[in-house]
Amino acid sequence: MKPSRTVTVTAGAVLVLCMMASALVLRHLDRMRTRTRLQEVLYISSPKVLRRLSLGYDGLLADIYWTRAVQYFGGKHFIGARNYDLLAPLLEITTGLDPHLTVAYEFGANFLAPQPPEGAGMPQRAIQLAEYGIRNNPDDWRLYYSLGFICYMELHDYPRAASAFARGAEVPGAHPFLRIMAAQMAEHGGDLRMAQMLWVTTYQSAQDQNVRANAVAHLRALQVDADVTNLEHLVAVYHQNTGHLPSSFADLQAAGLLNAIPIDPLGQAYKLMPDGRIEVPAPDDLPFIQKGLPSGYKPPPPKFLPSD
Amino acid sequence: MSGARVAHIASNTFREAVRDRVLYNLIAFAVLMSGAAILVGQISIGIERLVVINLGLTAVSLFGLVIAIFIGIGLVSKEIDKRTLYTVLSRPVRRWEFIVGKFFGLVGTLAVNTFFMALGVFGALLWVSHGFQLADGWVLVALYFIILQFLIITALALLFSSFSSPLLSAVFAFALFVIGSFAEDLRGFAAMAQGAVHWLAAGVAYLVPNFSSLNVVSSVAHGQPISAQLVFSNTLYALLYTAMAVSGAVLIFERRNLK
Repeated sequence: MKPSRTVTVTAGAVLVLCMMASALVLRHLDRMRTRTRLQEVLYISSPKVLRRLSLGYDGLLADIYWTRAVQYFGGKHFIGARNYDLLAPLLEITTGLDPHLTVAYEFGANFLAPQPPEGAGMPQRAIQLAEYGIRNNPDDWRLYYSLGFICYMELHDYPRAASAFARGAEVPGAHPFLRIMAAQMAEHGGDLRMAQMLWVTTYQSAQDQNVRANAVAHLRALQVDADVTNLEHLVAVYHQNTGHLPSSFADLQAAGLLNAIPIDPLGQAYKLMPDGRIEVPAPDDLPFIQKGLPSGYKPPPPKFLPSD
Repeated sequence: MSGARVAHIASNTFREAVRDRVLYNLIAFAVLMSGAAILVGQISIGIERLVVINLGLTAVSLFGLVIAIFIGIGLVSKEIDKRTLYTVLSRPVRRWEFIVGKFFGLVGTLAVNTFFMALGVFGALLWVSHGFQLADGWVLVALYFIILQFLIITALALLFSSFSSPLLSAVFAFALFVIGSFAEDLRGFAAMAQGAVHWLAAGVAYLVPNFSSLNVVSSVAHGQPISAQLVFSNTLYALLYTAMAVSGAVLIFERRNLK
């Protein structure tokens, strides 16, 4: 072998070996440092300082911080975390760097508002974020919708939700449902129809597949809760009429209380339990349901069905 | 004719830059844009189009800035080191023609580079949006402003290169870019100051190039229109500032002792 070829082969081998070895050492280092320690750090928390440091490229930096917020929320949500300490500062930095990044207000407020483990459990911070978004983007009806949604779902503050929907309805090009929601909220806030309308609007106005799947999951959950309430009422009526509980849905059919065997939104028949309770056959596939759960059931982190 | 001599020097500068593999940065840019277009949708929510525009225009700006500074600072010193300058100036070429030709050569290189990068940005935009919107037209205005930035920074690099070492020229040019990005803050500081400090700060604020008004990346990413008045004012400002810096470079180079 020529001396130059020997050097090439040796240098090539050293390069590959060192690269592999450095990757192995890095993996070892990653294991030494905990995930929490790596994540829970925000070296610069001031949007103003970051804006200065960006040298005018603040739009790209805002995109990076928004992606970081999404990854932070997703990572915490996946492990069912109870605290999301960095979420609000990350969203404040994102919207401080780019006040017109409306997606950060819409989704960010909905990450902040729900109680853990669904969200950060910070509805007031979510409202502040949505209001800040409205001040900077007064012509975007989706931000008024987000604000009303949080006021309704998390705070049950119906007058405030009605006010947000009414303000949004005034924006040119707003979804027509906003005016109806404002009126219905003022009339009788808190009913099932209202919640269904909110999730249908979310489904129709969202482009993102995950958001649409989330809306579908909530709509299914609302349907299950309504079905179980109705069926348990029919069981109670049957018990009152006959003095004993029905052994199956066929008994309810025979008594003229039901037309057919009831099925859940996934197409599976509900289960009538010996004590008269109604249960869903596959609770894991129906996240967010409040009723029809087996006793002692612990829900896994929400997942969306592939078909969604 | 002076025009023909300037054009010859400019075309030689362009060919030299291509020979120096300056346009290889387009490969890195293509990888960056393809990666962003494919990956962002998977790791973020609702900002695919924004990222393509923000990242694409920022990369066009930064890649061009690096090329303008690092090629610009060597335009004169390299010719002196390699002694090719003496061959050029021994012909009927005047010193100012050499400087102006070098300037246009590098600006031409940057314009070609920006053209190909713009194709990449619009290609990525087409990929993520499955079509163009009317508001995407404003991206062209942002690209035009970026080219105006290149005019200024190339002229400054050439100015420093005409009297200083390459290393110091790079430091000066980059420092002026950073200070120029804070030009509006400097003017704000000047407005608040009193007496001599006010005049000093105002003087510095108007002397350094104003890059902040040439940066409309965030606005066009959101589809916000750019006024014709801003386009006109920015064009006029960039041309005046560039002419000033190139004139400074010519003045220094005319008096420089090349022996």
